[in-house]
Amino acid sequence: MTPEEERIVRQRQRSRALVLALLLGGFVVLMYAISIIKMTGD
Amino acid sequence: MNTTTIGTPAAIPADWRDFLALTKPRVLTLVVFTGLCGLLAAPVGVHPVIGFTAILCIAMAAGAAGALNQWYESDLDARMKRTAKRPLPAGRMDRDTAFQFGVGLGVFSVILMGLAVNLVAAAILAVSILFYVVVYTIWLKRRTPQNIVIGGAAGAFPPMIGWAAATGDVTLMPVLLFTLIFLWTPPHFWALALFVKTDYANAGVPMLPVVAGERVTRQQIGLYTLPMAACAIAPWPLGFAGWIYGLTAVGASAWFAWLALRVSTRTTGTDDAMQPEKRLFAFSILYLFALFGALVVDRMLLA
Repeated sequence: MTPEEERIVRQRQRSRALVLALLLGGFVVLMYAISIIKMTGD
Repeated sequence: MNTTTIGTPAAIPADWRDFLALTKPRVLTLVVFTGLCGLLAAPVGVHPVIGFTAILCIAMAAGAAGALNQWYESDLDARMKRTAKRPLPAGRMDRDTAFQFGVGLGVFSVILMGLAVNLVAAAILAVSILFYVVVYTIWLKRRTPQNIVIGGAAGAFPPMIGWAAATGDVTLMPVLLFTLIFLWTPPHFWALALFVKTDYANAGVPMLPVVAGERVTRQQIGLYTLPMAACAIAPWPLGFAGWIYGLTAVGASAWFAWLALRVSTRTTGTDDAMQPEKRLFAFSILYLFALFGALVVDRMLLA
């Protein structure tokens, strides 16, 4: 792998990890909200 | 690690934007909109968080279906100008990654819908994914010019799922909304197929203009428009919607019918820009947005 390809790989891994982290964070918040609604029946 | 298939021998993982492109974001817009309208038009209110979750599940399921469609059709996509730049034919992602992404997203959407919303909505959601991937993409698309007629049912599910998410059941009104999109799909797609006919012919997809010719396709566009318009207007006399929806449906359907009539009664000339066909295709998208938007406005103001 050339240095340029390695740079692209690292860059893509970083951006994918960031997007996944954001999605997971959103999912946790959603699960929390759904749980509260189901528990309170509101 | 997910790798590209062509371009470089090195292992380059696909970009997150390629995963997004795999979900066909432009198609998602209409799917999400009709699903949301089905949810909002239902006679029962739903908690905003549960409603948001239902729409999210519909979007994820549609994205999953789109990803699995691109996974199966990467060879076709590579032969069509319109689709050649998608992540798989362009070599930015390998097929296994697309398959795993599609299956994962689809299963996740159904489970989330079942746990957070209700089982009826989850069941219809699962059927809609399977219908689009198995019945339309794998079974019909390459075999029959009726592919989009039957396959159109897959795109007709979202308002029914939205309705089921709110009410937990399926009554005549969501069935009418389903039928409306089902009958709308053939004139919508055949208008497109008329002006990208060469693309479909090159890819070997048996679209109606390729197999039966333009004259038959134009006739069929006209024939499907009539029951579609009747189905669009039906909720008004049946008492499922008020005058706001009714007048919008009558006006929009009349304009759709006029555009369809122009397409039905003409023949393609040399160096034809296919303007009437392009106009019908563009308006057909606006038509669905207008009808479903009017339905929600009608429900909110008059119910």
